[in-house]
Amino acid sequence: MKILTFGIAKDIVGGSEMDLPYVEGMTVLALKKAVLGAYPQFEKLNSLAIAVNNEYADDDLQIRLKDEIVLIPPVSGG
Amino acid sequence: MNSKIEFKKINPNLENKIDIQISDKPLSEQICLDFVSHPGAGGIVNFIGTVRNQTHGKSVIKLEFEAYVPMALSEMRKIAERAAQRWPVQKMAIHHRIGTLAIGEIAVVISVACPHRKAAFEACSFAIDILKETVPIWKKEFFEDGAVWVAAHP
Repeated sequence: MKILTFGIAKDIVGGSEMDLPYVEGMTVLALKKAVLGAYPQFEKLNSLAIAVNNEYADDDLQIRLKDEIVLIPPVSGG
Repeated sequence: MNSKIEFKKINPNLENKIDIQISDKPLSEQICLDFVSHPGAGGIVNFIGTVRNQTHGKSVIKLEFEAYVPMALSEMRKIAERAAQRWPVQKMAIHHRIGTLAIGEIAVVISVACPHRKAAFEACSFAIDILKETVPIWKKEFFEDGAVWVAAHP
């Protein structure tokens, strides 16, 4: 499962995407835990949101293999 | 007794009222003002976000903006739609720049036209406040001694 990264998330994972094993029925929360497990530096950020198919996702949302998943570190537009 | 229930369309077609853009070319406040011009408007408010030359007393050399474009466009559109539901917005434009910006360059333009000025000020202020909270755009500040992703760490 491919996860896209932006901003400081790109620096942390060392690229514009990272790979995680997909588990059938996994939730956004499980994904966050896997990300933090692979890259503990995410813990130090002010926040980490997950976007699924261009929408902010709640922890209990179940991820499908075809979903577009993006790590959203603290935003700073404007 | 005949009770008639009328449903008001609370989300009318806002397609030609709202203009959302992300561009790596310099923004034009005039283009936004031209878009929001409306014969029924009594007040047009323009917010221009510019690149400041210092942060916490440290000299800033330049900013770099990046965006998760499809979601940024969608979130910016949601902001304009929310503003149009809360205030009598006749037209609204939100344009954001990405790429490398020098001091003084324009990072974002938000233009709002309303029948009266109070709503125009409030809607514009709402839009930039929410943009800063929700739109997936990130800026990196460059100093003499390094660069920092703004707001990433406490």
